[in-house]
Amino acid sequence: MKIPRTVIPVMALALVVGTAGCGAKTGAKAGADGTPSTSCVDTSGDSVKIGFLDSLSGTMAISEKTVNDSLNLAAQEINAAGGVKGKKLQIVTEDGASEPKTFAEKATKLIQSDCVAAVFGGWTSSSRKAMLPVFEANNALLFYPVQYEGLESSKNIFYTGATTNQQIVPAIDYLASQGKKSLFLVGSDYVFPRTANKIIKAYAKSKGIEIKGEEYAPLGYTDFSTIVNKVSAAKADAVFNTLNGDSNVAFFKQYKNVGLTAQQMPVVSVSIAEEEVGGVGIENLKGQLTAWNYYQTIDSPQNVKFVKAFKAKYGAKRVTSDPMEAAYTSLYLWKAMVEKAGSFNVAAVQKAAGGVTFKAPEGTVKVNGDNHHVAKTALIGRIGDDGLIHTVWKSPAPIEPDPYLKGYVWAKGLAK
Amino acid sequence: MSGVAGQLFAGLSLGSILLLAALGLSLTFGQMGVINMAHGEFVMAGAFTAYVVQQVISDAGVSLLLSIPLGFVVGGLLGVLLEATLIRRMYHRPMDTLLVTFGVSLILQQVARDVFGAPSVAVAAPAWLSGSLRLGTVELPVGRLFILGLAAVCVAALAVCMRYTVLGRRLRATVQNRDLAETLGISTRRSDRTTFFIGSGLAGVAGVALTLVGSTSPTLGTGYIVDAFLVVVAGGIGQIKGTVLAAFGLGLLQATLEYSTTASIAKVLVFIAVVAFLQVRPNGIYAVRSRSLA
Amino acid sequence: MNILTERPNAGASRWAGAIPASVFVVLALALLVGAPQVLSSFRLSLLARFCCYAMVALGIGLAWGRGGMLTLGQGLFFGLGAYLMAMHLKLADAGQGQVPDFMLLYGDGKVPGWWEPFRSPILTLVAIPLVPGLVALILGLAVFKRRVKGAYFTILSQALAAAFAIFLVGQQTTTGGTNGLNGFRSFFGYALNDPVNKATLYYIAAATLLVMIAGMWFLYRSRYNELLIAVRDGEERVRFLGYDPANVKVFAYVVAAVLAGIGGALFVPIAGIISPADVGVLPSIGFLIGVAIGGRHTLLGPVLGTIGVAAAQNTLSESFPSFWTYFQGALFIVVVAFLPGGLAQLTGTLRRRRPASTASAAAHNPTPARESTG
Repeated sequence: MKIPRTVIPVMALALVVGTAGCGAKTGAKAGADGTPSTSCVDTSGDSVKIGFLDSLSGTMAISEKTVNDSLNLAAQEINAAGGVKGKKLQIVTEDGASEPKTFAEKATKLIQSDCVAAVFGGWTSSSRKAMLPVFEANNALLFYPVQYEGLESSKNIFYTGATTNQQIVPAIDYLASQGKKSLFLVGSDYVFPRTANKIIKAYAKSKGIEIKGEEYAPLGYTDFSTIVNKVSAAKADAVFNTLNGDSNVAFFKQYKNVGLTAQQMPVVSVSIAEEEVGGVGIENLKGQLTAWNYYQTIDSPQNVKFVKAFKAKYGAKRVTSDPMEAAYTSLYLWKAMVEKAGSFNVAAVQKAAGGVTFKAPEGTVKVNGDNHHVAKTALIGRIGDDGLIHTVWKSPAPIEPDPYLKGYVWAKGLAK
Repeated sequence: MSGVAGQLFAGLSLGSILLLAALGLSLTFGQMGVINMAHGEFVMAGAFTAYVVQQVISDAGVSLLLSIPLGFVVGGLLGVLLEATLIRRMYHRPMDTLLVTFGVSLILQQVARDVFGAPSVAVAAPAWLSGSLRLGTVELPVGRLFILGLAAVCVAALAVCMRYTVLGRRLRATVQNRDLAETLGISTRRSDRTTFFIGSGLAGVAGVALTLVGSTSPTLGTGYIVDAFLVVVAGGIGQIKGTVLAAFGLGLLQATLEYSTTASIAKVLVFIAVVAFLQVRPNGIYAVRSRSLA
Repeated sequence: MNILTERPNAGASRWAGAIPASVFVVLALALLVGAPQVLSSFRLSLLARFCCYAMVALGIGLAWGRGGMLTLGQGLFFGLGAYLMAMHLKLADAGQGQVPDFMLLYGDGKVPGWWEPFRSPILTLVAIPLVPGLVALILGLAVFKRRVKGAYFTILSQALAAAFAIFLVGQQTTTGGTNGLNGFRSFFGYALNDPVNKATLYYIAAATLLVMIAGMWFLYRSRYNELLIAVRDGEERVRFLGYDPANVKVFAYVVAAVLAGIGGALFVPIAGIISPADVGVLPSIGFLIGVAIGGRHTLLGPVLGTIGVAAAQNTLSESFPSFWTYFQGALFIVVVAFLPGGLAQLTGTLRRRRPASTASAAAHNPTPARESTG
């Protein structure tokens, strides 16, 4: 038996080296959150690196590729206009591959190996939740461009999409103003719909709106016979839809097939934007409602310019949507923050962020320095025959972001 | 009462979709023992066939009716291509076909992404398939009735073909005793290829039908592949009637559980039910007895 | 004829006979001495993850390569180990009697009863191998005693992994849903963002992997190994000899599950996250590719193959995300269809040209040869 003799010393070595490694750490006993690591961002040259982290492969690539496109458009425009503080943006693109752990891993790489000044991207709640500890531990900056479920505020993240009081709460207000007395909630089985529905239920209760049912489908689920049967039997005044992605196609096809219409039971969706309308099919969606903060049809000089530039770069058939606009805006907001701070330093940017404004395609947006969200105007839209969404109601003024819904009495106890 | 009847129809309808997805597998997996993970991507190919046909022929009704045979041919040709290039070498290693065909499915998905672009595409349903029939208090969506009918036609056609035609006799002979079939002058190579063509073609038909239900996207097939395999396993290998019973059984079970619990829980329970069922009948509903020593 | 089981294989080739002890020594030195010198702390942390995957692969090598059980559900056991560890870390971060942050946000602010035991570090460490092992034991007895085998077993294992992922997603208030569990601050009292502790985690993962390989080496030298191979190649014949093949298979399945569970548990502090996306069908199949490439019948092949594939994926997908998918698909096809012994087959082919292999090496041979007839 000559081989065990070779193996045993190696195992001994393994254990020795292993324990030697253990010995070294005893001095670094935890408790405090550790010291913030020093930044390696290089601003000495005539360019500065930033990171774009979107899913370019996997199930979320469908949506996140569009955000990546509009980020690239913004970077191109900024570079053409002389860059940020005279430095050209040099872009490092990474693929989040639709997996939370990959987002965390690639965020670490962008911060530690590529030494980027800021990272832009993320879509799903799970990708943001996975990246949050990475950005906090490394004291770096993430700009997150998608509407989300709120109940979060990190000094290392800027949220340029809507939080709940800028999208969901106004949508309920709108339905109530239309005389809707009861709702049915349909959503995909993950964080955003469940949290959104928790908020909707609390708000509906305070407004005397009855919730006739609440159903969740697994992500990617495509058989909605049963759920639509339940919706149909409940006879609510309207449906609040937080389904994600492809499930919407199956849901609306089945909804139409059992004879339910936008006139008798309208569906308000918060995850269907211009980009998704084509995939679901206009004939299945015509007349249904959506709640966002931006539509391609907004008639403002900023938006006309944005849409024109986007179509020129990516093709006339492409459409622009809320998350794309929020991503485009996020890069300009970062630029404004850096210029106000006079530095790329994270602490300086954080300090300068409050009150920074940008004339965005959706209208003028303003950063809230306390919770790092953005004041936005809420828009309820109706899906038209042209596949675009047309505003039917807008909030009178931009709504201040309130991720923890502290300013709402009915929301007491929602976020402990 | 309308709830029960509505759910009964929902279960049958889900069963018919499972059946369409699993019917082809009951041939390639059940008869030939090939674990074809790319079956889901053949379904996807069928769905994209319907999309492409609709781009050419704008009339939704004509294009749908035309897509069904075309989907069969597209799925079948993909299957034959796969059989001729890879699976032919691997009949003696059935477990390994699983991994090889998984690789094929990854590639086919990426091809679809690169060809048809990222977002899912819309296939319009013809006017005569939208809306619903009213039966008492129950709304029966016409589209779902059509799929139910299509599944029935496919099963009947397959059964007739296997039982009464020369081709079917040859295919069955090859599966039952390859050596003896060969001595009788049957080309078992051709039989294998034909079986694979029919099985994969049925996947293409399933894909065309699925455009009436859900979205047409590159990942369409992955949603059905695990369920389809479970149907074949629960039904018993090599038996069409087992596959039919299992498909409707699982469809009804899912619909019933989903009505009383949630869709997620129902799905978990259905999976566990199949595992438990195989405790009682390890070879599925209908088992082919064999004396082999393998 | 039962077409759903691998046919018995006769004949032998020599390439995977003896354990290349020298390769093991080189691997140990590379992992414990070389890598920490060469790699940046970010790359070292990636290598630590790959070591965790390699633990799963080692178990698959036993169950699939030796035992012929193609398990598509190792994500289940990886996930069990990972979630057990993650639950403990979340509770420890929250502090004595406190509630983890995500439960305050999404749940009713109470810790469910089945979480409570995992406040104890000792109980967690005991549960990490025990729970996956027990689940595998129950499943294994249920499946193998009823003589469910071949493709049936494979498809059932896949369905279980899918069911587990769907279950986790559906229980958002107690498992974190699609978000999974993340944001861990400490690991048994040590701060996780301290670079020294990160390096130590790497050493723990690498050393654990090496110990597992050594343990597996002893298993591969035992009579049990021969019995397992006999069951793989002719289950009924083993039964006629008076053994119960089910017990033989269950043991291999349980060992594979325990290794996967430990790999999952170590993955959590290293990656800082575990979510349902890491335990479902796709990651479960993903575990197989490294095993197939490295050589499923060998001891070190699955380990080296898995580390190699993970490293390649990491570098290639950084530069060409869509190309990686094609490449991965092509790897599955080329390796399994044309190189069933994996890359080890190539080295074996070279070695076979050398003379002077003993007859006993051939007797230990675990490799099924492809049938020459047919």
